[in-house]
Amino acid sequence: MKKINTILRKEWAEVFKNRMVIFVVAFLPILMTAIPLGILFSTRDTTSASSASMSGINSETTQGMCPEGLSGSDCFQVFMISEFMMMFMIIPVAIPVTIAAYSIVGEKSTRSLEPLLATPITTAELLVGKCLAAVIPGVLATYGAFGIFAFGSWILVANKMLLTALLDARWLIAIFIVGPLLAVMAVVFSLMVSSRVNDPRVAEQVSMVIILPVLVGFFGQIAGLFVLNKVVISWVALVMLLLDAVLVFLATKVFQREQILTRWK
Amino acid sequence: MIHTESLTKRFKETLAVDGLSLDIHEGEVFGFLGPNGAGKTTTVRMLTSLVGPTSGSANVAGFTLGQRDTDIRRTVGVLTETPGMYDNLSAEYNLQIFANLYEVKNGPEQVEKYLKMLDLYDRRFDAAGTFSKGMKQKLAIARALLHEPKVIFLDEPTAGLDPEAAHLIRDFIAELKKEGRTIFLCTHNLDEADRLCDRIGVFKTRMLVVDTPANLRTSVFGRKVVFHLRTVDEKLVGAVRAMPFVREVKAVDNKLLITLEDPESHNPEIVRVLVGAGADVQFVGELRHSLEDVYLQLVKAA
Ligand SMILES: Nc1ncnc2c1ncn2[C@@H]1O[C@H](COP(=O)(O)OP(=O)(O)O)[C@@H](O)[C@H]1O
Ligand SMILES: [Mg+2]
Repeated sequence: MKKINTILRKEWAEVFKNRMVIFVVAFLPILMTAIPLGILFSTRDTTSASSASMSGINSETTQGMCPEGLSGSDCFQVFMISEFMMMFMIIPVAIPVTIAAYSIVGEKSTRSLEPLLATPITTAELLVGKCLAAVIPGVLATYGAFGIFAFGSWILVANKMLLTALLDARWLIAIFIVGPLLAVMAVVFSLMVSSRVNDPRVAEQVSMVIILPVLVGFFGQIAGLFVLNKVVISWVALVMLLLDAVLVFLATKVFQREQILTRWK
Repeated sequence: MIHTESLTKRFKETLAVDGLSLDIHEGEVFGFLGPNGAGKTTTVRMLTSLVGPTSGSANVAGFTLGQRDTDIRRTVGVLTETPGMYDNLSAEYNLQIFANLYEVKNGPEQVEKYLKMLDLYDRRFDAAGTFSKGMKQKLAIARALLHEPKVIFLDEPTAGLDPEAAHLIRDFIAELKKEGRTIFLCTHNLDEADRLCDRIGVFKTRMLVVDTPANLRTSVFGRKVVFHLRTVDEKLVGAVRAMPFVREVKAVDNKLLITLEDPESHNPEIVRVLVGAGADVQFVGELRHSLEDVYLQLVKAA
């Protein structure tokens, strides 16, 4: 545990000296909070009919997900905002991917990996330390952004009923369970890509393909292909948990000391 | 302290280390000499349990390779061939990280001790990236010693340094030797090996020869004595050649180069014979072969 902690602190000390990393870690949550809050603010007086027809969204889709007792315009707000839940999910992917890319590629380019591997640290401790260093800021930023969003919407919406609809179980499962699971997946994926690439920007960009499923979810829902309700989200969480377990298992098999030393070039 | 038996490492097509059998005693400084690509770094990596051998076995500091790898890593110190630092972090923090990873009890004191010993204490808060090559190398050596390892592997510690920095590091290695540590020194600086090492192994994929620097000179070339005479003629050469203990005689200008097993006991006899044959002996001296000659001879032959 002490060694994991040492790696964690060292990673943060190194990686947060990088402008690109600071930019992604700070800017992304701000952007992802500002967009839904902006929408909430700008649509607070519009009527359901006009906005819905403007965006070409079928009002049947929106009707299904609104609790009883919400007006048409409130319901439209709920719909719009829940679309952006998917955008929130970009945070726990993009931040860990960026940190992991810069951390692994940085370690390779400074050639500091071999002295590190010569210490009595286990490869598991090393990998866990590096992964946590990337996952923790991603998860914290997600929680932070969600906190700000929740607080902002509480101030912005007049009908507090709307709030309970916004901050329902789907959101909470997505933010607090799917988010960290996504972060772990992103980081292991980035670890694998970074071990093969020598430019952190390339590693970052390649690893970002892991965002694709998130975007598919986002646009799929907007296009009305499916509705992400509580059940679907729970299934997604379960599948992700299994995927994560497999990925982590694979990583510990693939990243043996000798492999790290001779293949990470 | 280090014992290996038929240690072998093969990378796909390349045979990097072939059947290395070696015994290095406690407190010994062992010079591991060989050209680029000889397999020196691979050997160090095997002995520090960074890469596994393809076959063969080894015991380092009492621990069997492959069974007690973590104990080996805990007990040995290694200066790797390209010892990278965390360039954005201070020298002190760089060392503190490794003190933690090596489970050093009194980390801060050890860090301070080695920063002072290697003359880096005044710059301890500076980022390692701002250091000169020589300073970085010293910092890397400090990093390898924080846990007071009994066995130290140094992979080309003075390669690429200016003469002054190299000299400083050699002096420091001599200090470590005085402290009784076992040192495995990879180098292709022959002068360095000659001055620091108790024994030298000349290595090129396999071990060509292991001996003390002095013995290496004689075993490869024999010992040569040079006699400066006023004049040299065929009669004198013949007289010397007739002596049973003389292996070889060569006349160069007014000098006789004589190869002998044991100059201390045979020189007086040769002087007597030469004087008896009418020669004027001006100087007698031993012709020392540099270790470089020995090395080049061995490596070329391999
Ligand atoms: N990870 C590796 N994969 C493939 N070949 C390697 C690897 N490491 C070293 N080699 C090869 O093994 C041989 C010995 O290399 P090395 O141990 O670095 O020699 P030295 O340190 O004496 O210069 C070289 O031919 C080198 O190309
Ligand atoms: Mg080498």
